[in-house]
Amino acid sequence: MAAAAEAHHGPPVAHQSSRVSREVLGMLLFISSEVMLFGAFFTAYFFVRVVNGYAWPPEGFHLPKFVAGVNTMILVTSSFTVHWALQSIRRGNRTGLQSGLVLTLLMGLTFLLTQIIEYARIGFAPHDNAFATIFFSLTGLHGAHVFVGLTILLFVTIRAFRGHFLPDHHHGVELAGIYWHFVDVMWIVVYSTVYLL
Amino acid sequence: MRNPLRSEQEAFRWVLLTVAAFALIVIGGLINRWLGLAVFIAVIIVALWYMTRGREERPLPVRPAARPGENERRILVVANETVGGGALRNCIRKKSEGVQENVLVVSPSLASPMRHWASDEGPGRAEAQERLDASLALLRQAGISARGEVGDAEPLQAIEDALRTFGAEEIIISTHPEGKSKWLERGVVTEARERFALPITHVIVDVDEEREDLVEDD
Repeated sequence: MAAAAEAHHGPPVAHQSSRVSREVLGMLLFISSEVMLFGAFFTAYFFVRVVNGYAWPPEGFHLPKFVAGVNTMILVTSSFTVHWALQSIRRGNRTGLQSGLVLTLLMGLTFLLTQIIEYARIGFAPHDNAFATIFFSLTGLHGAHVFVGLTILLFVTIRAFRGHFLPDHHHGVELAGIYWHFVDVMWIVVYSTVYLL
Repeated sequence: MRNPLRSEQEAFRWVLLTVAAFALIVIGGLINRWLGLAVFIAVIIVALWYMTRGREERPLPVRPAARPGENERRILVVANETVGGGALRNCIRKKSEGVQENVLVVSPSLASPMRHWASDEGPGRAEAQERLDASLALLRQAGISARGEVGDAEPLQAIEDALRTFGAEEIIISTHPEGKSKWLERGVVTEARERFALPITHVIVDVDEEREDLVEDD
């Protein structure tokens, strides 16, 4: 019998018993911190609206519910396309992966551009009152996350067009998809609480 | 507990559930503020139930991280108190015949669940390390090239952790005989066969009997 023991070089092997894979644990911790960040902003919203009982929106202020509703539809649809992209690469369908990612990118960009236009035309500014501050903080914080998600998706899309990812090796798409779904879930919460209720 | 971030599939399901839940909350809230609050509380209760009912959820099947070289046979051995058993050594020796063997012996930590949660696994790991060292020495004496590590106290988790870095082609699980083995009582071998897409050999080591044999040989 030949000797084939692998000598270990370098730093000691990390203790691996996290009971969850490193990538998923990383994403879990990251999103937990994000939930806390959004939670801080929602706490401010809760104090202004529920504890202090201010009208939402105050008299003379108007929220573009319809445009934001269309934007919500676009973002929810983008979750379907990123899901389709992942399902495609699992089946070895590279065209599906690329199309799904491009569509997701385009819809994310549309969402962000619509939000920027909405800001320009909304008729009030963050420094006007507490309502305006919280409106811009919550939607702006979410917009920043959409921007980060789009940056991640852009890199994933470039990689997809360069031939990266295989049916059994597509963790990059999976993690980007999880983040994008998280952004989507947060928008549904923001849209429902800030615009509709 | 069900983890909504375990996979993209789960996260996508959460998007759909969130859409449905908030549609109900908004409809309730627009009809009457208190109805909206009631729906919100109901949704939270359902969400908590949904998340906790997933305790029996099967983990995703794990495949090894790396591929072995030509004529190389990578064997992952998982053994606890039976790690020094003769039956286990014989099994490893048989499987190593005619190939360039690469054996990784994982000995799960002997820490109790209480010590695990208190992050006080030191003594349990040290004890497991001692047994492992003794076993590795015996394997090397028998001409088997092997290395070892102390793994998670949960044997299935220890296997999963090891597979992530060691591209095993097969797994050997060594246990005490039926009636003496806690692992068999908990169905570790059966569960490992369902969870890991690799051939699994179950070796039974009767430590007491081997000890008696040794006494007789002496």
